[in-house]
Amino acid sequence: MMQTVPAGATTRASRARSVLPGVRITLGFTLAYLTILVAIPLSTLFVRSARMGWSGFLSAATSPRAIAAYRLSIGSSVTAALVNGVFGLLVAWVLTRYRFTGRAIADALVDLPFALPTAVAGVALTTLYSQNGLMGALLAPHGIKVAYTPLGITVALTFIGLPFVVRSVQPVLETLPGEIEEAAATLGADRWQTFLRVTLPALMPALVAGVSLSFARAIGEYGSVVFISGNMPGLTEIAPLLIMSKLEQYDYGGATAIAVVMLLVSAVILVSAGMIQRRAARRAA
Amino acid sequence: MRSLTRIAVALTLAASTAVPSHAQKGPVTLLNVSYDPTRELYKDINGAFAREWKRRTGQDVEIKQSHGGSGAQARAVIDGLEADVVTLGLAYDIDEIAARGKTIPANWQSKLPHNSTPFASTIVLLVRKGNPKGIKDWSDLVRPDVQVITPNPKTSGGARWNYLAAWGYALRKNNNSDAAARDFIRKLYKNVPVLDAGARGSTTTFVERGIGDVLIAWENEALLAPRELGPDKFDVVIPSVSILAEPPVALVEEVARKRGTTDVARAYLQYLYTDSAQALGAKHYFRPTGPRSLAKFGGSFAKVNQFTIAELFGGWAKAQRTHFADGGVFDQVYSLAKR
Repeated sequence: MMQTVPAGATTRASRARSVLPGVRITLGFTLAYLTILVAIPLSTLFVRSARMGWSGFLSAATSPRAIAAYRLSIGSSVTAALVNGVFGLLVAWVLTRYRFTGRAIADALVDLPFALPTAVAGVALTTLYSQNGLMGALLAPHGIKVAYTPLGITVALTFIGLPFVVRSVQPVLETLPGEIEEAAATLGADRWQTFLRVTLPALMPALVAGVSLSFARAIGEYGSVVFISGNMPGLTEIAPLLIMSKLEQYDYGGATAIAVVMLLVSAVILVSAGMIQRRAARRAA
Repeated sequence: MRSLTRIAVALTLAASTAVPSHAQKGPVTLLNVSYDPTRELYKDINGAFAREWKRRTGQDVEIKQSHGGSGAQARAVIDGLEADVVTLGLAYDIDEIAARGKTIPANWQSKLPHNSTPFASTIVLLVRKGNPKGIKDWSDLVRPDVQVITPNPKTSGGARWNYLAAWGYALRKNNNSDAAARDFIRKLYKNVPVLDAGARGSTTTFVERGIGDVLIAWENEALLAPRELGPDKFDVVIPSVSILAEPPVALVEEVARKRGTTDVARAYLQYLYTDSAQALGAKHYFRPTGPRSLAKFGGSFAKVNQFTIAELFGGWAKAQRTHFADGGVFDQVYSLAKR
């Protein structure tokens, strides 16, 4: 679904003789590998949910509680991914275009959400944003509650998703010559025009890839969110928590029904992101 | 693939039946799949049992432990984790292993004394030092000025005991009126600002985050508070009535038979009822079970008027169905509490 390689690469390789040897073997291996690692485990989901029949599936997948959970999970994941799209781009920009003391440290900081066990991240964020935490106490007088609200969930998802955008955009920014921007300026473009017409289109494929990775990461996140969400039924219950609570009742069918819906929604979003990305790549080329 | 597995199974069976298990003198390992707060308890017991078994039979036994949420552990066993014995937080989880995994007989709970529960506990209230809100009993938990911390019973087995303890109190207080109990539970959960997914999360919320006035907790964990969470920070309040929390144990017969460990696994579970194991249980703040052990090792525990899940709820299967299944009383009460 997601590819950072230009879209033409695979078709070209299979059609014409490649300069590199072993196409058949590597292609065969890749397909077998993906089948064993991804397709088979995911297909068991569909098999399990198929066992419960249509009416059972529908009633489990479309209960008001499940719908509230999808809305919350997808809404907060999309918001977090978009926030990361804007600010991750900014971070990547500053890290590649400016030289400043502490840049190496700032650069390393970006990766930390990758490495941190999510439960640790969740506990740390909750400590900060609960009513008597450092940030929570500052925000409380303004009537802003973060921990145990949907806002807190979005904060946690933004945290874990940031590296995906920065690390997707950064290498492209590094190879984008500054001369192009200078050329745009000499041709009379102001800063906004340069950014919107010249830089952004070139970055678009990488940015969309980063944002969709950030979304994909957020939609399945459980470990950090359960600490900051408060898990109030119907209010701050994310879909993965609902799956856990179904499993606690040994309702495997109900759990997979919700998982299948989440999977399909994610697939639709990721495939459309892939299409946007490819279109942007063509335009940028 | 399937025929290969069949051959492998047949060979294993042949190998295990050829040598009678009690004649095996080589070292043997057992896997005890347990729930979270028993880690330290079983560490002590496993060492003591290994010494006892060595003395009795000359055989070395090593008991491996696995800990996690009770439900997650049960699902692992259903999915094929080869536990010789399970020691979980509630009978419902072992019932499900029996029903779905078919590795435990359906009548497992009658196979060992006291509902197959060697160590019991009860549900108590942990409050901040000096008890600033003056919390004495369950009735204080529905006061509008009190915030209560307890995990989500939909995701935490321990939290289900908390809920049932409160429900049982309300029943007793109101001439067994279900409507009154429901109202009490509704008010209580209205005072819960955060429903953590598990007991550990709730403890963190109460202790580290400083949220809430009272944490509903298992007695064995509440009594550990001075040692684990720092002295002079919390007080334990014993309510007037509470539930007898019974975390049961069972032999996973099919697995033990296949592994040829039936004798040693059964001896291990029986050992849990001996004086030495009951003393270790009391050391880790688990209440002894059975009048004899209670008389011997129960002296340090506060007197609590306890009811059992069988008496008030007709057993776990029924309690689970009525209260915690989707659309059950907890869900109904919650959709009311929100409004």
